[in-house]
Amino acid sequence: MTNTQNTMKTGYAAKRQAANIAIYIILTVMVIVWLFPIVWLILRSFSADGAYNAIFPSNWTFDNYIRLFNDYDAAGNPISQEDMPFPYGTWILNTFIVAVCSAVVSTLIILMISYAFSRLRFKSRKALLNCGLILGMFPGFMSMAATYSIMEIFGLKQSLVGLVIVYSAGAGLGYQVSKGFFDTIPRSLDEAAKIDGATRNQIFWVIILPLSKPIIVYTALTTFLSPWADYIFVSYFMKANKENWTVAVGLYNMLDNEHIGRYFTVFCAGAVLIAIPITILFIIMQRFYVAGVTGGAVKG
Amino acid sequence: MDFLDYVQLSTGQRFVYKLKSFFLGIPGAISKLFTIIGHFFASFFGMIVNGFKGYGSRFANGDGGTKLSYIIMGAGNILHKQIGKGLIFLAAEVAYFAFLFGFGMNYVSEIFCNNVNIPVTDPNTGTVAYAAYNGVIGNESPVYQDNEFGVPELLNSDTLDDSNKILLFSVLTLIVTIAFIAIYVANTKSAYASQKIVESGKKPVGLVAELKTFLDERFHVTLLSIPTVLLLIFTVLPIVYTIFIAFTNYDKNHQPPGKLYWWVGFDNFATVFYSNPLTSQTFGRILLWTIIWAVFATFSNYILGIVLALMINKKGIKFKGFWRTMFVITAAVPQFVTLLVMRILLDDKGAINNMLGTNIPFLTDTTGLWPYVTVILVNMWVGIPYTMLISSGLLMNIPEDLYESARIDGANAFQQFTKITFPYIFFVTTPYLITSFVGNINNFNVIYFLTAGGPVADGYDRSGRTDLLVTWLYKLTINNSDFNLAAVIGILVFVICAAGSLITFNMSKASKNEEEFS
Repeated sequence: MTNTQNTMKTGYAAKRQAANIAIYIILTVMVIVWLFPIVWLILRSFSADGAYNAIFPSNWTFDNYIRLFNDYDAAGNPISQEDMPFPYGTWILNTFIVAVCSAVVSTLIILMISYAFSRLRFKSRKALLNCGLILGMFPGFMSMAATYSIMEIFGLKQSLVGLVIVYSAGAGLGYQVSKGFFDTIPRSLDEAAKIDGATRNQIFWVIILPLSKPIIVYTALTTFLSPWADYIFVSYFMKANKENWTVAVGLYNMLDNEHIGRYFTVFCAGAVLIAIPITILFIIMQRFYVAGVTGGAVKG
Repeated sequence: MDFLDYVQLSTGQRFVYKLKSFFLGIPGAISKLFTIIGHFFASFFGMIVNGFKGYGSRFANGDGGTKLSYIIMGAGNILHKQIGKGLIFLAAEVAYFAFLFGFGMNYVSEIFCNNVNIPVTDPNTGTVAYAAYNGVIGNESPVYQDNEFGVPELLNSDTLDDSNKILLFSVLTLIVTIAFIAIYVANTKSAYASQKIVESGKKPVGLVAELKTFLDERFHVTLLSIPTVLLLIFTVLPIVYTIFIAFTNYDKNHQPPGKLYWWVGFDNFATVFYSNPLTSQTFGRILLWTIIWAVFATFSNYILGIVLALMINKKGIKFKGFWRTMFVITAAVPQFVTLLVMRILLDDKGAINNMLGTNIPFLTDTTGLWPYVTVILVNMWVGIPYTMLISSGLLMNIPEDLYESARIDGANAFQQFTKITFPYIFFVTTPYLITSFVGNINNFNVIYFLTAGGPVADGYDRSGRTDLLVTWLYKLTINNSDFNLAAVIGILVFVICAAGSLITFNMSKASKNEEEFS
């Protein structure tokens, strides 16, 4: 009896071990598949040959990174800063300015909207929430041409200020995650403060905001990250105004048929440079990300 | 059939029952969709009607000041000793009419110009024929005059009307007018309220005290006003304008200024649906592919992401943090970078073909299925880490006692998965499923960066084999300047997204009632 039990147990353990080994193999294969493009990008960025169909560099070099900031032409003559076909430094600066400004303004706007919808009760609340939901379902760039005309009327077309305004104005619709967060703060806090004579304005600044650090960090980081990855709107909005391009548009243009031969590895270097800080930020905020996406749902 | 009847059925009968109830449920879901839409409009107009409630009775019961404020805003407040508030209402009225007559009317008056003569020059003879069109937006059509050689020449090109400006400013005037009407109604309410206070012998509230309510009882107005104005100008205005464009002939042959465009009713919808065979055929193909794409892209990522999370979080698997970080890194790199890298790797002469020694047309196959399979696979590469990240957070939250009681009842690992883990994750992630479905219908990046909608093939009007509705929209706008067709596509995408999310939302409500998790 005990004997059969033992064999059953070892049989079960063996089966589980086999399952685990299979999982290790699957995971390893998957990690290789998933990391391959990224490793390839890094390898290519250190390559002295400009080939885009090789894997390992024939010669290693830092040249591609240097060329992002001090370019030279095919004959090896240095190109002055004004004439650089791909002013990467300017683009980084542009994107950084736009990202910081729109992160500050958008975060404020999102916090204001989500606090109002989450903690305050007023007559038009339901109707406004529905309107927000419906506006969010129109494809974002359907009205790109109209936005461009409006910016033209304000004298802000092809400008960084215009870009910040468009990003911040659009951010108003992304309030769901932080509203979900505000919903989880117990309402008894508000009630207690109200009894003590605090106005809703004071409750917002003194009680709710200090409790909301995680969601402020999350909102600021997501709004900071989005201009780094936006290509469609910027490419339409800035057109050929290269001085005001952001990194995404600039890098995309390095790969057109005319330039890919000389600039492919430079593109890799540029992509690696911006990917490093963004990856670090993303890994820092991943736990907020999960809470953000599911936070509203857990409560049902 | 209630639950007791159901559990007595055999497995086969249960399956038939489920299948039957699924198909019987479709009409219900569709009718529910219309109910929800109807409900939305009802509540919207209900809000408007509510706003006007008491509008007449206030006038009937009002004193002279209140009645006066129906014409001169703020008069009631001023006569009832709320001078500051009254002046603000008065200023709003003055500002609105100054805006309307100094600016808005110039444009609104030109939105339906009838029988405007637009000169059409015959290129061969040089003679000018005047064609009449109804409903042109703008009426200062280009003025031509015969010069000394008898050849018509364009005069005063600076003063030409611009249909775009007229339409845009008319929509702006419409929005401002709606806002003004809201203020106007508030004015009559306020006048009547102040009248009541004066009649009861009390002292009306001063302006400063009134303004203080914007920090307390009316704090939501303070919080929402700036975001609302921004949204109105930069989101609502462009969307309403674009919806109007869908009913005009704003295409590459009618580019203002110089060539005005006009209202054409539902012609553009007819073009997309039936009147132009090539366009409607393209629309059908692209719509089909968009839906196939959205279903595959959403569910492949969703299911495999959960499976990956389960593998990583399985008991006995070591280095969980390591595995997770490896996948998170790929999710963290900006999408346009990874997608462009993929495009180059998968090129006909790219590194992958080079490595395998093959010549597979991953993205350029004009006849086979390669491009479709490739974009879905690459999308899995992009999306699975996200789902893994989200669901592994959730897996740790599942209450352990659920599993314990299941084990006591003798459930095996597979049953635990199908009865506990999956329903739980499905329940919690339904909103995420909806957003990712809508997101995939609108998934511009993956298609545009990988194939740019290509490869081009016969039977596709200004588009390629892997174009989604949104990339087609983009091409119609950017490459062809056919803004009218693009606007129609935009509206249709909106309808699909709205319907899709409502149906999913309803399904999730159903599952919510079935599984009592909290």
